[in-house]
Amino acid sequence: MSAILDIRAVVKRFGGLIATDHLSLDVQPGELHALIGPNGAGKTTIINQLMGEIIPDSGEIIFGGEPMAGLKPAARVRRGLGRTFQITQLLPDYTALDHVALAVQAHAGHSFHFFGAARADRRLTGPAMALLERTGLATRAGVKAASLSHGERKQLELAIALAGEPRLLLLDEPMAGLGQVETAQMVDLLKGLKGQIAMLLVEHDMDAVFALADRISVLVYGRCIASGSAAEIQANPDVKTAYLGEGDA
Amino acid sequence: MEPGSRSTILAIALALGVLAALPFAAAALGNPAMTTLATRILIYAIAAASLNLVLGYGGLVSFGHAAFFGIGGYTVGILFHHHRFNEALFGLMLGTDQFLITLPAAILVSGLFAAAIGALALRTAGVQFIMITLAFAQMLFFLFVALKRYGGDDGLIIRRRNGLFDLNMRDDTTFYFVTLVFVVLFFALVWRIVNSRFGLVLGGIRQGERRMAAIGVSTYRYKLAAFVISGMGAGLAGALWANYARFVSPDMMHWTKSGELMVMVILGGAGTLLGPLFGSAALILLETVLAAYTERWQVFLGPILIVIILFFRGGLAGLVDLVRKRP
Ligand SMILES: Nc1ncnc2c1ncn2[C@@H]1O[C@H](COP(=O)(O)OP(=O)(O)OP(=O)(O)O)[C@@H](O)[C@H]1O
Ligand SMILES: [Mg+2]
Repeated sequence: MSAILDIRAVVKRFGGLIATDHLSLDVQPGELHALIGPNGAGKTTIINQLMGEIIPDSGEIIFGGEPMAGLKPAARVRRGLGRTFQITQLLPDYTALDHVALAVQAHAGHSFHFFGAARADRRLTGPAMALLERTGLATRAGVKAASLSHGERKQLELAIALAGEPRLLLLDEPMAGLGQVETAQMVDLLKGLKGQIAMLLVEHDMDAVFALADRISVLVYGRCIASGSAAEIQANPDVKTAYLGEGDA
Repeated sequence: MEPGSRSTILAIALALGVLAALPFAAAALGNPAMTTLATRILIYAIAAASLNLVLGYGGLVSFGHAAFFGIGGYTVGILFHHHRFNEALFGLMLGTDQFLITLPAAILVSGLFAAAIGALALRTAGVQFIMITLAFAQMLFFLFVALKRYGGDDGLIIRRRNGLFDLNMRDDTTFYFVTLVFVVLFFALVWRIVNSRFGLVLGGIRQGERRMAAIGVSTYRYKLAAFVISGMGAGLAGALWANYARFVSPDMMHWTKSGELMVMVILGGAGTLLGPLFGSAALILLETVLAAYTERWQVFLGPILIVIILFFRGGLAGLVDLVRKRP
């Protein structure tokens, strides 16, 4: 089976710093591929390159068989990429429901509709409410993003991404800052999505990673130093010194 | 003040009642100047509401909106000029003094200018966008100063207001009501737009372009569409102004005029439906009252504006909400 995402020798430098160092990585259809690594390893930087927010210096990104070079973030999203942000990017004055409905709307086509009352449109609010229910936010639908708790914002990020019915989800530390209960909920949610949507999961919470990942790759200084199953990664001496040994987990 | 909320509906009903009764009150009080003053407020309310669409809802700080106000005015002025002297325009006899032609023409022409300026300016953001919209507006200002054929610096006098059906447009009360009709239609249109799918996208762009891109919205085209609609609205206001004042001049496009429109939006409450109407009324009334007391009224206007803006976050519309929530 051909990979849904194929990262080929991607390089990104910020001045003298090499944030992505000839990184090659793939995600298979339905696979949950976890990307771990210490702070500053370049995990967010590669996600931003996949989205098209940052342009690689060299290398290639192939998504669904199509080279992504030259495509803007919105165009990539319409091709089936979805992401959540490590530092949540929400619209402070809009409610949780607004966010998801807006994502449903964007997924449904263009938004050059100038007259109908969008907030009363069940074609938007219906699917949006269903997603809020699925992510555990149904009771918070009418709350503005600015008033949501940190955990709820993380859940909302996921609900928004799911509204785009992505073929590949890029999750940038969805558990970061969540309490135990919330983390367990998030793990369950992602488990429920496994197999239906391919995922690239960046996460520091090792228990979550080991519970969820089909494959784990370890990023250090922008390079992939190891890739394999949970057992293989745990046994890998390089990983131990470079990452697990640092006590970050 | 959210469009559609109870306080908005109440404020609208109240504003409409006051506005409809105003010329009669003016007549009863023997003060016909009230009607022309109110006409000025209404016309600027349309211009400010147009700017509010991009500035308040879309978060696009256009510092050149007077350009579209001026273009709308000059469209009326130039069409009248050619009509009056029976001169060809673009080789055709296009001159007219008919409201139902000049108004759509003004809206169309200012929309075209907004499309051209917006297409370039919207490639930038932040301070750069402010500066580039200002630069384009000043370019147009100097262009019309140099355009001797249409009066240059001195502007263009429009001897008679445009004709509309059999109405006596010379009569200030009649013209007031004509203006009021356009105000109601325009604010209703803005209300529909900001609550539509397009409006939600526009508000989303103000709050987070990165988020909008991440849900698959190509923001540029929506910003451009909003900018064009906004330019058309300012052009409509300019066309009404040309008829009201029977005069257009490059001053309509001066950067201080753009600044006034911004003050109206912020003073009234950016991103609120009726804010621009409140802002227009407040600014024009303040100017009028202060000018009656002192010649150096501008010295006093600045501090007053700063106090209002600092103390009433959300502008005058926010104040209305505050008062309504109290009891
Ligand atoms: N726009 C930028 N300009 C300059 N340097 C940057 C930029 N973005 C990231 N970096 C640097 O690139 C390196 C990789 O950063 P990145 O955010 O990708 O790390 P990360 O693996 O996501 O870390 P964390 O686990 O803390 O989120 C860091 O050293 C960071 O300081
Ligand atoms: Mg990161």
